[in-house]
Parts: sequence; structure tokens; C-alpha cells
Amino acid sequence: MDSKFSLNRTRRKRIGRISTDLERKPLRPDYSIIHDWIKNDSSVLDLGCHEGELLSLIVKKKNARAQGIEIDEKAIYKCVELGLSVSHQDIDNGLSEYGDESFDYVILNQSIQQVKKPDVVLKESLRVGKEVVVGFPNFAHYSSRFQIFFRGKTPVTSSLPYEWYETPNLHFLSISDFRDYCRKQNIRIRRMAFFSNDGMIVMTNIRANLLAQNGLFLISK
Amino acid sequence: MTGTIVLESLQNVKPVQSIGPLGIRFFTFASSPDELILDSGEKLGPITLAFETYGKLNAQRTNAILVLHALSGDAHAAGFYSGDDKSGWWDEMIGPGKAFDTDKYFVICSNVLGGCKGSTGPSSINPATKWPYGLDFPTITIKDMVKAQKHLIDHLGIEKLLCVVGGSMGGMQALQWAALYPKMVHSVIPIATTLKHSPQQIAFNEVGRQAIMSDPDWKGGNYYGGTPPSKGLAVAQMIGHITYMSDSSMSEKFGRRIKDGRIQSRFEAEFEVERYLHYHGDNFVKRFDANSYLYITKALDYFDLSNGKTLLEVFKGIRANFLIMAFKSDWLYPTYQSKEILKICKLAGIEATYCEINSTYGHDAFLLEIEEETHLVRHFLKKVFNGYAVAASDNG
Repeated sequence: MDSKFSLNRTRRKRIGRISTDLERKPLRPDYSIIHDWIKNDSSVLDLGCHEGELLSLIVKKKNARAQGIEIDEKAIYKCVELGLSVSHQDIDNGLSEYGDESFDYVILNQSIQQVKKPDVVLKESLRVGKEVVVGFPNFAHYSSRFQIFFRGKTPVTSSLPYEWYETPNLHFLSISDFRDYCRKQNIRIRRMAFFSNDGMIVMTNIRANLLAQNGLFLISK
Repeated sequence: MTGTIVLESLQNVKPVQSIGPLGIRFFTFASSPDELILDSGEKLGPITLAFETYGKLNAQRTNAILVLHALSGDAHAAGFYSGDDKSGWWDEMIGPGKAFDTDKYFVICSNVLGGCKGSTGPSSINPATKWPYGLDFPTITIKDMVKAQKHLIDHLGIEKLLCVVGGSMGGMQALQWAALYPKMVHSVIPIATTLKHSPQQIAFNEVGRQAIMSDPDWKGGNYYGGTPPSKGLAVAQMIGHITYMSDSSMSEKFGRRIKDGRIQSRFEAEFEVERYLHYHGDNFVKRFDANSYLYITKALDYFDLSNGKTLLEVFKGIRANFLIMAFKSDWLYPTYQSKEILKICKLAGIEATYCEINSTYGHDAFLLEIEEETHLVRHFLKKVFNGYAVAASDNG
């Protein structure tokens, strides 16, 4: 079933709409791609799992054994309602208990820019998981560049929707930054996907840093 | 946005009634020569456990939940006795349509070994002397309480409990159940509890015990038939009560309100908080035996689940699913102790959910944060009950 929705087949306009048969409402583009990447019957740890939407999708459709870590108490109630196992914890501290490679996948989707020590969390994730999914808003998207360059202001965009004084994002990184990081740390990039918030896929790797609002990577040691 | 979702789902909880009048039952076992061998090596028997049940055991016997009470609790967890207007100690959680839904589940609660509410304890008659045991009662541990409950569960014909659940000392029993009888436990809900008693917890208990033992009416524990050490026990309960609350819950509840609003008496209880502690202390002595307080607090202090092994060894055999709850303002059983439980679950590869409820009630929160607990317990039980049903049908 997973191959049917793989990236090759989704070289169309909006990935969000392609997977509508999975759920009644269109899937978030990142959820759709991550869902396609995860193999059946795998074990998954989602760091910053929010209300468990992605995890519960993976549990239902991929028969995954799943665990979440989430800092927001209200989101915990929602996760438990969905039947998920979730720890009410800080990602910065919640990983040391897990043994090496205790999960097939560790997911860090839209959370790496919010942790205190991204480097430590990434390394811990690569220790705990055989593969790690990392998704983040691309700070070098042209709309951000435009706002900095012409308006001289900290960018507020649809993927970075916060004013400087209220943002939960502690770190700002671009797709190029992340690829550099992986190269320097000898981290293997297994898959990549670049897309806008409405699910438009950016086909070219070269200009992704300029054209994509979001980057999604599957990495391993 | 998440807030409204949670609130809506909490509001969907229908107003529910309590269980109607019901009765306490008794189960006696370990008669000579089959006495229960205790952790201390001493033998005890016969042993009677007082217990209550709510709901119906299903034909497959897969819906039984054992609720375990805290230090001053008893078997009367839910409902009302006829002619009594005070409900069981966890009535808001147990009943038709409640978290432990008695329309679906069969709920059991028994008074602990060493207690004074119908189960064998230091105030029970020693068959050898025909007089209450007093300090002839052997030292008991949490493990001994659990071993005794195991006899009751066997007697009720239940091979595997859907869930063992309790707060504080009840949580220790729940953990001990999972460690001692891993094959009999499908899920565990430890609330505001710990893997071992800390020096601070032991220290508070010791002050309570000293208050009882320094009361001249205590008489080395042999006060039965005479005046009980009520003053000592009341002071012990007052100390306990302080540790169950928090700075902010006390401020909110009492403030600095003072009787008649002025300075007057010489060391009478004037402040509202003083009057409250006196009132509860005086009430407690009417319903609790001082020697039981000594024995049970000591059992708490002895509690260390690892018991000479590593925790990983203890948890290795456990397959149960865990729902761990702690409360931010609980300084008697601080959240780090619940996080230790979560940590060992993760290390042992046990599926666990942990929620730290943002409550200001202190340790008492486990009896008060009903909405949050109900939401978590209801959905957790639904999940584990489905899992249990699948496993049961797989096996035959």
C-alpha cells in the first residue's frame, strides 16, 4: 500500500489531495510524505507529536508500534483519546532512557527548530532510531529573503507564522544549512522532499532552498 | 485550539449517578497450617480481607479492575451505604458512566492487610490470646498486602486483572502487583507514587509515628479496651494532611483568615488552617486505629520495588501497559518519582503513557483532579480492554 503513494507517483500538483482516501480531510503534505516513507510494521518514536494526528495515522495505516513525546499537557489528552502511548516530557531530556536503535524511525517533524539543543537531539535521535525523519520550515525561502532584504524585518510567513516576540522557534535554519550539517557530521541523507505549505512539491533539489517553504529529510548514521 | 478540544471532550462526560446501596464482604484465608509467610519471615493467619465489588464480572472474566487504596483509605471506594450520606473515597471515579465504568468493568477494592476497616490488622483479635494483637501483630510490607490480595483475586476466580490502579500507597501496591504477578496484570495505573520511599517521606512518617507513641494513652500499643491515643493520632494525621496539600492550595483554601477576625485566645486554634487541621485530626481518630497507622506507615517506608535486584530485572517480565500520572504541585511524591517509573518502563520496552497534570492541589490532587483523570483513564482502559479482548480470543 505504501508504494502506491510514494513520491514518484505523487509528482503531481498537490500531494495533500492525493491521499484523501486515507482520511476524509486532505492530509497535511508533510504527514502524507512521512506516511509514505515509513515501512509497514515498524516501530516509531515521534518527538513533539502534538495531538498525535501523524502517529495515529501511522499506527492505523502502517500497523506501527508507536510512542510519542510531547510537552503540551492538552495535546497529551488528545493523544490518549486516540489510543496512543505518549510521554509528557521535554524532548531535550526525554531520550536518554531509550537504548540504541530501539526504534525503526524517530520523527522530528516541525520540532527541531524548537528544542534547546538541536545538535544533541539529532545525535540522540540517530542513536535511538535506525532512521530519523527531520522536517522544518525553510528560513531561506524567497518570501523570507524578500522580507529581510527589502523590508529589513524578521520574516513572518505561512511556514514561519510568528512574530519575533511570540515565536516558539528557537533556531532558524534553511534547507542548505541542514544539508551542510549532515555533510559535516557524516550523516547519510536517504530521502528528501521539498514542498510549500499547500502541498506543492518543489521538484528541483538545486533551487529547493529558494523555492520550498519546508524541507523533509530521512537520515541515518 | 487544543484547549477547546479537550474541554469539549471533557464536557461530553454525562452527569452520572453513584452506585446504589451496597455491602462490604469478607474473605478469610491462611488458616493454620497454611498461614501467610510474610516478608519479615513471620507467619500470619487466619487473615480476613474486607472488600467491595462494583459492576459485573463478564463471562470471559476479562473486565476485572483492582483498585488499591492509600494510607487512610478502605474497601469502600464507591457508592453509599444505606443510611449513610458519605460516598466511597473514589466515588467520583467509580460508577456507571464514570472513568471506571461499572457498566463495563468489574471493580474490586479491598482494605489492606494491617488496616482497621474490616481486614486483619493490629486491632484484630489474635486467635492465640483472644485479645487484639497490638504490637504482637507482625511487621508487614506492601508486598505482603499484595500477596494477601492475590488470595482474594484467586478466590474471585480471576486469572488476569484488566487493570491494577491506585494513588500514593495504592500506586505502590499497583507497581508491586505488576512486579510480583506479571502474568496476572494486563495494565497498571500508578498515580502520584514512587518506586521507593525517599528519606523525606520516611521522615514525615516517623514524626507521625512519634506523635502516636509519645501519647501516654498509647501504652506500648496495648490500649484496646481503654482510651486510645487519640491526641497522638490526631497530630500524626495533621502532619500528614499538611504534606498532602500545597502552599498555594492552602493559601487558596484558608488564606490568613482568623476566627472572629481578631487576636484573642492563647494558643487555641484561631486561624482557619489550624481549625481545619484540628477538625480533620479529630475526625480521623474516630475512624482509624493508631496501631494500624504505625504499621501501614512503616510498610510505606520499607517500600522499595527493586528489593535488592536492579529495576530492569524487576520490570523485565512485565508486559502490562502503563498509564502513569503525577501532579506538578505534589511535593510529597514529587513528579521526578513518577518520571523514574516512566524511565524504567522505557528501558524495559514497556508501553507507557505519562501525564503530569498541572494541578495546584498537591498530593491530594489524585482524589480531586477528577476531570483530567477521568479523561485519561477512560480512554486508556478502552485501549487496553480492546487489546485484552484481542489477546484473549487469540489464545482460544
